[in-house]
Amino acid sequence: MSLFRSPNEEPLWKDEFSVFTSDERYVSRRQFTKFLTLASLGMFVGNLWILVKSRFAKAPTFPAMEIAEANEIPIRGVKLFTYPTPQDHCILIRTSEDEYVAYSQKCTHLSCAVYYSAGNDQLECPCHQGFFSVKDGSVLQGPPPRPLPQITLEREGTKLIAIAAKGS
Amino acid sequence: MANLEPSKQRRGLVAIDGAMALIVVLLIVQIWLLSATLETYLAGHVGAVLPGAIFSGLLFSAALTLNSFVSRIDKASRRP
Repeated sequence: MSLFRSPNEEPLWKDEFSVFTSDERYVSRRQFTKFLTLASLGMFVGNLWILVKSRFAKAPTFPAMEIAEANEIPIRGVKLFTYPTPQDHCILIRTSEDEYVAYSQKCTHLSCAVYYSAGNDQLECPCHQGFFSVKDGSVLQGPPPRPLPQITLEREGTKLIAIAAKGS
Repeated sequence: MANLEPSKQRRGLVAIDGAMALIVVLLIVQIWLLSATLETYLAGHVGAVLPGAIFSGLLFSAALTLNSFVSRIDKASRRP
């Protein structure tokens, strides 16, 4: 065995750290397939998680809250209010003499505030031109993926009471 | 590797590549299924949640079957 290294051999550090990076980074077909199968398991677990969550989810409770006087707003007029928490902004619209509808003001696309366009008789999101029906909050046009959450109203004499929020 | 019969190895590689491509397709469908199920669940429609989970389970079992197929072929093609 020679005591001295010849000058044209591999550098000393390569002898001492004999880790071959290219071999370490090599992924075989079997490893890659295993990774894909594990990713598939992850997707399945995600679906199961949604299933478990939907089975054990408690139905939310909503407080009854007075939001307006019936004759407070004109026909095709609006009133903004918050329900059920002060952070949840909503819009109340008087569509005819005795008809009132209320929706969450948060667009289901990217949460911009929607407003009521009396001329077009629809709710409009100015950010990305998402339009919602005043009748049921359904999407008429634009990128929103879901209808606006509707606030269920009750009338007690001249008072309008919010009692629940659907689809929020 | 030099001892392997080339045509046998080539056939094995083709089978493995095909199975891998199929798993990739299954995975893409599963990703779409998960996002669609989550979207409908968040919209308040729980009717699609159970079929989504069942279908996702079927896709996973298909991926698992393909994975075992790849392992078997891989072993067989390496055998001298």
